[in-house]
Amino acid sequence: MQHEGNPLPKNRKKETERLAQDSIIQIHDLVYTYRHREEEINLPAINGISLDVERGSFTAVIGRNGSGKSTLAKSINALVLPTSGSVIVDGFKTDEEAHLWDVRQRVGMVFQNPDNQLVSAIVEDDVAFGPENLGINPDEIRTRIRIALESVDMYEHRKMAPHLLSGGQKQRIAIAGVLAMHPDIVIFDEPTAMLDPGGRKEVLDIMKQLHEEGITVVLITHFMEETIHCDRIVILDKGRVAIEGSPVEIFARTEEIEALGLRLPFAVEIAAGLRAHGIHVPQDILDTDGLVKYIVSESDTEMKRSKA
Amino acid sequence: MIRDITLGQYYPGYSIMHKIDPRLKIVAVMLYIASLFIVKDFMGYVVVVIGLATVTAISKVPLRFILRGLKPILIIIIFTFTLNMLMTKGEILWEWKFLHITKEGLYNAVFMALRLVFLILGSSLLTLTTKPIKLTDGIESLLKPLKRMGLPTHELAMMMTIALRFIPTLLEETDKIMKAQMARGADFETGSIFRRAKALIPILVPLFIGAFRIAQDLALAMEARCYRGGEGRTKLNALKLKRKDALAMVFIAVYLGIVILERIFLIGLDAKIIALLF
Repeated sequence: MQHEGNPLPKNRKKETERLAQDSIIQIHDLVYTYRHREEEINLPAINGISLDVERGSFTAVIGRNGSGKSTLAKSINALVLPTSGSVIVDGFKTDEEAHLWDVRQRVGMVFQNPDNQLVSAIVEDDVAFGPENLGINPDEIRTRIRIALESVDMYEHRKMAPHLLSGGQKQRIAIAGVLAMHPDIVIFDEPTAMLDPGGRKEVLDIMKQLHEEGITVVLITHFMEETIHCDRIVILDKGRVAIEGSPVEIFARTEEIEALGLRLPFAVEIAAGLRAHGIHVPQDILDTDGLVKYIVSESDTEMKRSKA
Repeated sequence: MIRDITLGQYYPGYSIMHKIDPRLKIVAVMLYIASLFIVKDFMGYVVVVIGLATVTAISKVPLRFILRGLKPILIIIIFTFTLNMLMTKGEILWEWKFLHITKEGLYNAVFMALRLVFLILGSSLLTLTTKPIKLTDGIESLLKPLKRMGLPTHELAMMMTIALRFIPTLLEETDKIMKAQMARGADFETGSIFRRAKALIPILVPLFIGAFRIAQDLALAMEARCYRGGEGRTKLNALKLKRKDALAMVFIAVYLGIVILERIFLIGLDAKIIALLF
């Protein structure tokens, strides 16, 4: 039996044309409060956020602990429902019971702990879990497993037990499990926090790849370093949007960022230091590779000039 | 080290026995156990041994793996053997004070001990050739008729699947906690049994808290992946009976038939043979 609200991708496209929206996620005046257990008061985790996310974009949400970034992520997937305000995903309001599964199918979520999100003792069974829940027929599931596992480069590990894989590999399986559900949006909720540098790079590369394939990616993180390849950075503080803009715009506002308890990416910090010493590093150099290239080429021209 | 554990006693292989539908294997084992109670004499055991030997040969599981299953119940076997030997009345072969061994006692003791041995050997073949996860699928499918009576079969199977998935994770966690406590000077190896049991508390408490945390995370992740119970769910590896399963069914039917025929027509033959020999 097929579940309602699980149309094939073709139908979905038609639907989105009908809605004719550029913003796949529309968050309007979102407030979410939770009840403190001991003191009988309501505490706001999110305190009036309005945010639109464009279809196919790569957005990073960053903030320190308690800024509400994780709650924001969960509210896009209807795991958390707004106390007031609204979240609309691809035309569906998250707090409408009837569309709950439409929302969850469209919004895939990858969590922080790679161990605690894998359900089955065999990799391919785990990837199958989402499609099975959607009531998709087994032949189709098999195709989806192959494509999903190939796109995270884990197909040859499909018969293995997850507990024998590395953290990065487990996280890739979790991503494959989400991709097999054919989501429009994938939300990464601090996906690299528990990984070693190798695993972190694997996951970041897959994020970039998904973005290139046209999937809307939302990355929740507290590492500025991971945000340099995004289209847009949203900085949250105390449940509100503190600053937002493109990486180049954001990183120029050094003092504000430091006041929010965040650190600029390494290369950006160095570049700012160089600028203070009169070396005019272009503003769009954000990663270490780019900075190294710039410095090497500059010193080359400098040498040639001094020779001449 | 703790990472290398294998679950259950599954012996990986590619024999026909490994590939037979788990439901069929479970039913076959039940029928086999029933057959052991149909058999009333040693002639019947000949049939059982032939059946068991054939299946073992097909499964390609080394004999020592199968015999290993007997180890935990060795004491029970010895106990029943002794009790049967000493407590049965009849023609006395040997006597010492109040203890006596009778001819019937000896016969019964050997018979009962063998029944236990066959019981274990047959059922361990099931767990040796079936992955725990397949066994779970099989049990879920077999219990399906009870769903109408309100038994949550899907939920039970899902719980077993998750338990199997998290046994290694929890073992790792235990290992980590033990090392952390040992680094702070905890001692798990010396002292009386009470002392050692008490020393386990600082392991169990964090382990339980950890397990609850995992459960919470996992529930969230499952919901995010559209899990909403067994209703309307498809299965990647839906169980389907195939040709080899039909062959297995024929095999079981033939085996049972022979056991029953032996019971009807050849009962008592073994006693005559024994009488002839001695």
